Amino acid sequence: MDADDESSNPMIDEIYANGGSPEGVGGEKRSRRLIISGDQFDIEAYASLYSGRTKIARLLFIADHCGGDNSAMQLEALRMAFDEIKKGENTQLFREVVNKIGGRLGPDYTMDVAWCETVDRRAEQKKEKLDNELNAYRTNLIKESIRMGYNDFGDFYYAHGQLGEAFKSYVRTRDYCTTSKHIIHMCMSAILVSIEMGQFTHVASYVSKAEQTHEALDQITAAKLRCAAGLANLVSKKYKLAARKFLETAPELGSHYNEVIAPQDVATYGGLCALATFDRTELKAKVIDNINFRNFLELVPEVRELINDFYSSHYASCLEYLANLKANLLLDIHLHDHVETLYDQIRHKALIQYTLPFVSVDLQMMASAFKTTITGLEKELVALITDNQIQARVDSHNKILYARHADQRNATFQRVLETGRVFDRDVRSMLLRTNLIKYDYNARSLSRKL
Amino acid sequence: MDPMEALVAQIQGLSSTPGDIARLHIILKQADDSLRAESTRLSPVLGQLAPSEHSLGFLYVLDAFTSGQISKQQAETSVPIITGFINACNAEQIRLAPEKFVLVCKRLKDQVMMLEAPIRGVGPLLTAARKLQLSTEHLTPLHSDFLMLCVLAKCYKTGLSILEDDIFEVDQPRDLFLYCYYGGMICIGLKRFQKALDLLHNVVTAPMSTLNAIAVEAYKKYILVSLIHHGQWQLSTSLPKYASSVAQRSLKNFCQPYIELANSYGTEKIAELEAYVQTNTEKFENDNNLGLVKQVVLSMYKRNIQRLTQTYLTLSLQDIANTVQLNSPKEAEMHVLQMIQDGEIYATINQRDGMVRFLEDPEQYKTCEMIENIDSSIQRIMALSRKLSAMDEQISCDQLYLSKVGRERQRYDFDDFDVPTKFNI
Repeated sequence: MDADDESSNPMIDEIYANGGSPEGVGGEKRSRRLIISGDQFDIEAYASLYSGRTKIARLLFIADHCGGDNSAMQLEALRMAFDEIKKGENTQLFREVVNKIGGRLGPDYTMDVAWCETVDRRAEQKKEKLDNELNAYRTNLIKESIRMGYNDFGDFYYAHGQLGEAFKSYVRTRDYCTTSKHIIHMCMSAILVSIEMGQFTHVASYVSKAEQTHEALDQITAAKLRCAAGLANLVSKKYKLAARKFLETAPELGSHYNEVIAPQDVATYGGLCALATFDRTELKAKVIDNINFRNFLELVPEVRELINDFYSSHYASCLEYLANLKANLLLDIHLHDHVETLYDQIRHKALIQYTLPFVSVDLQMMASAFKTTITGLEKELVALITDNQIQARVDSHNKILYARHADQRNATFQRVLETGRVFDRDVRSMLLRTNLIKYDYNARSLSRKL
Repeated sequence: MDPMEALVAQIQGLSSTPGDIARLHIILKQADDSLRAESTRLSPVLGQLAPSEHSLGFLYVLDAFTSGQISKQQAETSVPIITGFINACNAEQIRLAPEKFVLVCKRLKDQVMMLEAPIRGVGPLLTAARKLQLSTEHLTPLHSDFLMLCVLAKCYKTGLSILEDDIFEVDQPRDLFLYCYYGGMICIGLKRFQKALDLLHNVVTAPMSTLNAIAVEAYKKYILVSLIHHGQWQLSTSLPKYASSVAQRSLKNFCQPYIELANSYGTEKIAELEAYVQTNTEKFENDNNLGLVKQVVLSMYKRNIQRLTQTYLTLSLQDIANTVQLNSPKEAEMHVLQMIQDGEIYATINQRDGMVRFLEDPEQYKTCEMIENIDSSIQRIMALSRKLSAMDEQISCDQLYLSKVGRERQRYDFDDFDVPTKFNI
């Protein structure tokens, strides 16, 4: 078999170009690939994309999930989380992180009891002050002030990590909203807190609430809402809808929403979801030719490259990009649960697309295009055929996949006969039931007469 | 003159014209009680009457004669008499007293059961049912007894002759339930699973106000046969909408082991299914369904092999054995061979390489037989839809139906106008 492969038949080379890299173009490609695989996960750069609580949450997530063998990374993440928390007022979180560090980062990163106490005391005072203010507003019945009061309470709780309370306070402002601007502000706050809490059903409902306001939303808010909706869909596994929302996000988003999502994430989430769920034409029209989304894709060249590779059928390089990205994506707070599913779907799509134009496919070549073994490939193909996603049959003896062209005429005959049979059966049992009901009714009316 | 002799003379004299027979019927009705009182002395009377000419009289006397408790010896003598009568009697005369005729036939059934020779009742009951029914669409109370005897005597083919008629007219729902249930069992015995499914389907979805044991047993068999035939259980979530609400609500609760079996079947894992059957053998055995359950397990192998034909063109016997979880390639070969023989798959086995080559269905729908077959289907369905529209017309003219519908509409309108008074309350 090897000898066959070596003989450079131009036709075969052409097919190989689908996946592997023939010598001519290979040099440039390979060098590019080296850069990516050398690209270690840079926490500092990653963290700098975000602000606020999500930064801390993401850092802690990385610390929890990067695995025991990577303690340097874990400690780095914890150290940065520690620094970030110290800037805020969340003592609860601070204690947790200190516990996690467990003194491994030297004396600078241990429990700071004095800091905790001052922060807590200050919080107590502030709460009292806010309480008094709110009470005063309420007795005076000034709508706007009450709204502000609740809003301040929400901000206060949010800063101290009491998300449930914060959510309640923000939602309470709703009764005192007078302009649509206020409503949007309320919705945005509620969305922010809900995302932090992982309550994505709330996110979806507040997004639609915000989108229903009469006033036209400004570009940035609209983009923020799209992102939030995309996240909500992603978490509830509606990948296609998620992809649409992310693709609709306007580039004005910039880093305005970095307390939730970075533009890089929009590119990654949107790109992967689109790849997994869109068909070829949709992919071309909505992703590759989408000028707005191109701005996002420029930020994450790997995703851009892999989408282009997928579209131009360079599956091997596309899958390699995906494999390189995988470790990082698994550390993403929103995407990690969905990476496997999305990857499976993308791979299936690639397999289906590969087989589509051929009448027969040599499994040997296909396996090398997908960088896998023949048996493994056969298993994947069989699963797809069983699922009715590929119309083909495997010649397991000669290792060839033959496309199967359904015989329309025979299928029609079969269907017609079956339909006739079903009709026959249904009508007959229906007539029978009718007669039974008639009998039953007659019997009852007889007994009533008697 | 002895009243009995007078009666015999009347029977002999009044059995020719329809008018006479009607008069005789009245006389016989009046004499019924006295006949019963004399039941022990009646066997010579029967000797004086010819069953073919004096059918009505003979029937009354025979009924009285067999009305008492009977021992095994007596049954030996009375079975041939009843059989002879059923074979010889005049259909028009006995239809004047159908209840009596049914009663006599049921006694015959009881007697052959007592003699533990159900096969002796099969032929006479078939004749009886044919003579009693006004048309082939009519279900007589004898149908279910006949089918039961067929099941007991394992005369499935004879039973099939009556099952091939389309039944529409039903007097007693119970007759239909039993008819369909036993009919289903006969079709299962003949491995005509589709027909069996249709019959059992009728039982399960029949209108009923309370749940009955026949429906429960039919439902169990329905699940099993549907697994064997279709490889799945489509109604697992709910019965069709037209089924009675009682059936939809509570049928499931009585068949839990079967529904779990179907779920286990759905996982497509043979080991799991076998383990489940193993642990629940006793339950299935108590229901007399163990044989069917074993067929279900067997059908899983077949189903899995059939699935392979969809995905592979060629596959080695070893691989088949591995995927279908059979012990050896030899066993796989046996299964494949059997399935080819039964026409369930189209394939050739290459024993030298141990490869199986799956082929497409060779049916091209081009032969004369196929065209004829299709044509007859079309004719049948056209006849059926004519019947359907006739039925529709008949019901829309039915007085009872109209009065019921009319009344409901009226009440509805009344409610509509009733709104203000509601507010007053």
